[in-house]
Amino acid sequence: MRLPWRWLLSVTSAATLSQAHASSWNMPVGVTDISRDIFGLHMTIFWVCVVIGVIVFGVMFYSLFRYRHSKGAKAAQFHEHTSVEVLWTAIPILILVGMAVPATATLKNMYDTSEADLDIMITGQQWRWRYEYLGEDVAFTSNLSTSREQIRGEAERGEHYLLDVDEPLVLPINRKVRFLMTSDDVIHSWWVPELAVKQDTIPGFINENWVQINEPGIYRGQCAELCGVNHGFMPIVVHAMEEADYEIWLAERKEAAEQEAMGVDREWALEELMARGETVYQSICSSCHQSEGQGAMPAFPALAGNEQLIDDLDWHLDRIINGVSGAAMPAFRSTLNPVEIASVVTYTRNAWGNDTGDVVQPAAVAELITQ
Amino acid sequence: MAPKLPPQHSLQHSSTAVAGGPSQEHHAHVAHPKGVMRWLLTTNHKEIGSLYLIFSLTMFFVGGIFALVVRAELFQPGLQLVEPEFFNQMTTMHGLIMVFAAVMPAFTGLANWMIPLQIGAPDMALPRLNNFSFWLLPIAFTLLLSTLLMPGGGPNFGWTFYAPLSTTYAPASTTFFILALHIAGISSILGAINIIATILNMRAPGMRMMDMPLFVWTWLITAFLLIAVMPVLAGVITMMLMDINFGTSFFDAAGGGDPVLFQHLFWFFGHPEVYIMILPAFGIVSAIIPTFARKPLFGYASMVYATAAIALLSFLVWAHHMFIVGLPLTAELFFMYSTMLIAVPTGVKVFNWVTTLFRGSISFEPPMLFALAFVVLFTIGGFSGLMLAIAPADFQYHDTYFVVAHFHYVLVPGAIFAIMAGVYYWLPKWTGHYPNERLAQCHFWCSIIGVNLTFFPMHFAGLAGMPRRIPDYALQFADFNLLSSIGAFFFGASQLLFVLVVVLCVRGGQKAPAKAWEGAVDLEWSVPSPAPLHTFETPPVFHRAQSHD
Repeated sequence: MRLPWRWLLSVTSAATLSQAHASSWNMPVGVTDISRDIFGLHMTIFWVCVVIGVIVFGVMFYSLFRYRHSKGAKAAQFHEHTSVEVLWTAIPILILVGMAVPATATLKNMYDTSEADLDIMITGQQWRWRYEYLGEDVAFTSNLSTSREQIRGEAERGEHYLLDVDEPLVLPINRKVRFLMTSDDVIHSWWVPELAVKQDTIPGFINENWVQINEPGIYRGQCAELCGVNHGFMPIVVHAMEEADYEIWLAERKEAAEQEAMGVDREWALEELMARGETVYQSICSSCHQSEGQGAMPAFPALAGNEQLIDDLDWHLDRIINGVSGAAMPAFRSTLNPVEIASVVTYTRNAWGNDTGDVVQPAAVAELITQ
Repeated sequence: MAPKLPPQHSLQHSSTAVAGGPSQEHHAHVAHPKGVMRWLLTTNHKEIGSLYLIFSLTMFFVGGIFALVVRAELFQPGLQLVEPEFFNQMTTMHGLIMVFAAVMPAFTGLANWMIPLQIGAPDMALPRLNNFSFWLLPIAFTLLLSTLLMPGGGPNFGWTFYAPLSTTYAPASTTFFILALHIAGISSILGAINIIATILNMRAPGMRMMDMPLFVWTWLITAFLLIAVMPVLAGVITMMLMDINFGTSFFDAAGGGDPVLFQHLFWFFGHPEVYIMILPAFGIVSAIIPTFARKPLFGYASMVYATAAIALLSFLVWAHHMFIVGLPLTAELFFMYSTMLIAVPTGVKVFNWVTTLFRGSISFEPPMLFALAFVVLFTIGGFSGLMLAIAPADFQYHDTYFVVAHFHYVLVPGAIFAIMAGVYYWLPKWTGHYPNERLAQCHFWCSIIGVNLTFFPMHFAGLAGMPRRIPDYALQFADFNLLSSIGAFFFGASQLLFVLVVVLCVRGGQKAPAKAWEGAVDLEWSVPSPAPLHTFETPPVFHRAQSHD
């Protein structure tokens, strides 16, 4: 009996080792205690199935071979056997109870979001992720950074094709991080396999999950719930750092956020706003309204040459600050700051031949938002 | 001993029960419409059964072509053939057509043909309703397919059509999708009512419930499931209709609604629905295995009880489709335990089939090949189902290709192989000819290779982290997708062989006697092959066979 067990173990550990490679055949072991527990459950139930399968299919194929009509097999006529039937009802129940006990323990652990060191708000948006470090005044959105040329096959595809973002979520290792998860539009699902966190982000709900990462590294995942046309193009990248590095990063981000906040009160020139606005537009707006403002009807109207937009500045501001109820356009009052809103409005009113000459100042937007 | 025996009948009544002198004369006086009107107005269970089966086969190819569009796009990384928007319409339509227009009508077609023959009834209980149920289907699915040509495109939110993607963010054609689903749902409910009325009222004198063949039993239970859950589907799509067109907010959080409510309602329908697609398959396999093992089905009574247990449990497991929506811990535990419990009655069935084979006298005609493949591959799908039931592990499996692999294993080599097994088994009864054995074997082996090549690599793609319903993927998933795409085209092409076998069999072939298979025992084998248009006009007397011991 010892040999088969050793063989089993070696196969299991070979599967474990192969996780280091990108082209894996199995679930990743991951870098958290929970992900290791889940991997253990996965392998256990897998081997339970293999053993049952070998027995059942063994009997089946033995019978198919041994009792062939062509070899003159004579059929027996038995058709019931109470004790065997009781036995093969009872044994599976015992196996299932044996599986349910560790699964329950792991699940309880996964649901314990108490006593977190750090809270992060994750908001799904068509088709990007927004991360807010609660209580730290740091927030940003994270977009796919794989180029259109790569997707269309006009440029060589990089190693992390479709799994690269402009700004990764940065987390410290060895700290319990609680995620508060919601959505601005449809249901998305935030999933990083190596962290064994997959949780739906649902409009109107705040789901909780947590992670405590054991090893620094870069971990990649994707949206797992069909969320519209660009569902396949909203990856997740988590950059897990040593705690000291994380503190330095956080301080830098806070300072940058303060700089931006101070910019609200000063007068901005048209060129400044246009430059800033183009960055915001390409990162936030272009996934629906397209990179040249040409839109994608019927869902996403064109902005270039849009007469209502050109004629009515107040209407334009209202659409961006408050969104369009019952349509895909979200309200940006809380996800973009006044500088970003002012610059993107200025940009769309002057780019692609719209040429209104309007300059919207961040201070004016700030006033509108507080109203 | 005697009361517990499985159904075994003597076939002595056949000479008096079928189209004899007087009844034939009687029918000669009835004027039958010819041409198209014959099929539009038919109330005959055999003709309506054939209509259902032809419709289903047509839709199987339509849904299959949609799947091949998906597989062609996924052949290699990058966007090559279709835009993501159209890709989403293809995944959605593939699922909807296969579930509602291919698998379900195929089982209803088999039920129409075989239930009256297996219980010794002259026809279905409600023949005109039967005609109506069928003709609703072409209307429903013409409407559904026409949405692909509407401005804004067809449904693009997956066959599970989760709100608010399917309401606030849906294309304009969604209202037509809702209407199509309503019509298909009415057809299913009416069909189910008819089947229940037939089975409960029209069994041959002397046939008790526990004498019925398992195909009849599994369909009786399936029909009750249909009546229980199709109204829930109708309710949830009506709520969508209201949200889209009448300003309600059932599923819109901004109006105080609840997107998760949609998923509860959908899966309260959806989980029994997946058993609706597999229970009749159990019945077909339970007829074929004893026939070609020349040995009574092992554990007839436990098969009936296991089917009923699976049907009851199917109402208590719906939220295992929702393990990651943020249910409370107690709900997660309840649905994990209840889901694991389903493995017990399902296991009983597999053990019974295997024990039926044990010490039998087994031959490998085409129906048997498909039935045996069903047992093995459905069980593999059951194993991955057991893995998915483990809620913590499901946090990794959910919404990946592992799930896609799982449900395709239970639906393609599960439900669809069982349907094909049933077609090969009953073709001699329908046409009077045996299907060409060599071609059927060729179809079988091509299908086995194709189905495994398509769906087995999906397990690995899912475990490695590939989400479902994406039109493009990261480079580490390329090899698995390449294999799946090759397999899918091979599997699709081999189904043309199936059409060839069926067409050849209808047109000619080796003549089949009334009892086409040596080991067959049920009542349908007592009427001539091909079965005349009207059978059992005088009810047969059902004889329970004596013990073989």
